[in-house]
Amino acid sequence: MSLPVRIATLLVAFVAVVGGAVFVVIHYLLGGPPVEDFTAGHAAGQPVNVVMQTDASSDPAAVPDHPTWVSYFIKSPQTGAWVHTTLFKVPANARVNMTILGYDGSTPIRNPLWGQVTGTIGGVAYYGGKPVTTVNGWNGPYLIQHTFAIPSLGLNVPVEAGPGTCLTGPCTNNAHSTTTFSFMTPSHAGVFRWQCFIPCGLSFLYGNGGPMSTIGYMSGNMEVVG
Amino acid sequence: MAADSTPAPAAPAGPAEPRHGLRIFLIWLVASAIADPIIWFVWGPHMPPGAMSSAAASQQTDMTVMAVMSAPVMLFVLIYFIYALITWRQKPGDEEDGPPIHGNARVSASWIIGTSVIVLGLFVYGTVELIAPAGAGAGEGNTPIWRPSGGTPLQVQVIAQQWRFTYRYPQFGGFETTELLLPAGREVQFNVTSLDVIHSFWAIQLAVKADANPQLNNVAYTKTLHTGTFTVRCSELCGLWHGAMFDTGRVVSVAAFQRCSHEQHAFSPHAYLRSFREEVTKWPSRSSRRRPGSLAGESPGERGLPVPGGCGRRCTPG
Repeated sequence: MSLPVRIATLLVAFVAVVGGAVFVVIHYLLGGPPVEDFTAGHAAGQPVNVVMQTDASSDPAAVPDHPTWVSYFIKSPQTGAWVHTTLFKVPANARVNMTILGYDGSTPIRNPLWGQVTGTIGGVAYYGGKPVTTVNGWNGPYLIQHTFAIPSLGLNVPVEAGPGTCLTGPCTNNAHSTTTFSFMTPSHAGVFRWQCFIPCGLSFLYGNGGPMSTIGYMSGNMEVVG
Repeated sequence: MAADSTPAPAAPAGPAEPRHGLRIFLIWLVASAIADPIIWFVWGPHMPPGAMSSAAASQQTDMTVMAVMSAPVMLFVLIYFIYALITWRQKPGDEEDGPPIHGNARVSASWIIGTSVIVLGLFVYGTVELIAPAGAGAGEGNTPIWRPSGGTPLQVQVIAQQWRFTYRYPQFGGFETTELLLPAGREVQFNVTSLDVIHSFWAIQLAVKADANPQLNNVAYTKTLHTGTFTVRCSELCGLWHGAMFDTGRVVSVAAFQRCSHEQHAFSPHAYLRSFREEVTKWPSRSSRRRPGSLAGESPGERGLPVPGGCGRRCTPG
């Protein structure tokens, strides 16, 4: 092999390795869903209103990576558009009024503990305005689709299943359930992970993996800004 | 001929070579006599994992014994090394090679016998300690060989799932919490299982460690000795939030535990759990989604059963 060929081969190999490393860093480490900021323009003492929705699957245009995965969406406080993310930022020591619109069918809970409402103001959540503290999730009167839980805050809310299943999230027109609750954010800054505790990854073994294990779908972070 | 018969003049006698072996032995003996009591009496009581449970206290003793046994070995190596550096270092102008040594049967035999006795002794000691007390806090599978003697232990079902441990107390109406609460001075039987992937229940300061496998019951025993807090951590890589799968448990007084258990029991979902168990038999092995109403039936409230409201709340024993 001539010297120019050897040098060219070496350069191509070098570029390939460096390019692969750059791709991994950008795509996997620096990439990720956007963060919805609920702190911008927030006045002290005022509550923060967070609106989310759950969908059985999504419009490929909205979620090109995994449109068949069950997922949360967050309504942007700035534009009002539904954003495919599970990352949001809230102020410290603030009341968060959470509204979760349920566009997904029910999934049985594996542990009845997650049918308990804990960590909310008053220890209660509201399904369509009706207060609930414990939901069976197996045989009504309310069925559960997911949970919204922040373990480090002791927060757990079973989310009521929707009357139907929307397969083209984010959905706006279909019938849905409405779960509301409020909780206080900590007085200190920090990142608090939240997740669904109902293995709901359809077509995954025992429902685990896939959306359950990917930020942007069934788990995310709540960043509290001090 | 006369020259041949003349004896060669004797080499001038130098200073007598000191007894290096005796010196090293004496230094080692004194150092070991100082180090071992310090390890046993000063360091030992602070060695992990502490003494909050019988398994922890046993492990702490084992760690101390190991340290006491290994310290003289380490000291011998270090003392010999330092002694050689000081005593047999090359002197200025000395270009001569050291004398060739072709082995010393006495030294070799002493080393082999000494280390064999130590290793085999620790092997026997460690094996015995794995059995007592009651399996040393390790998971023994579904049919444990070593059980605590006497009395009915407190049953705690440890349920792992991505990414949280929860704890159920079947002897107290089946209430379930996210915080492991134990009474002091009681035998405890942990029944460890998983709802999804393989986890590992590790109550660090209790020295209890048992794999949590789906559809299996892994039993571990310990006896709580002192009140205090301990950390529970998953020690089996289990997915995205594995690093966040930890919590804090408490060993409290018996009175505080009873107060908490009564408080939780007042909201006990035992009837609720019964309905859950009835339904779970219908549950498919794979996750399935169903339309609302496909398992239509009465709610616990409609059946006249109590609907739990407080299970899982953090109890403050005061």
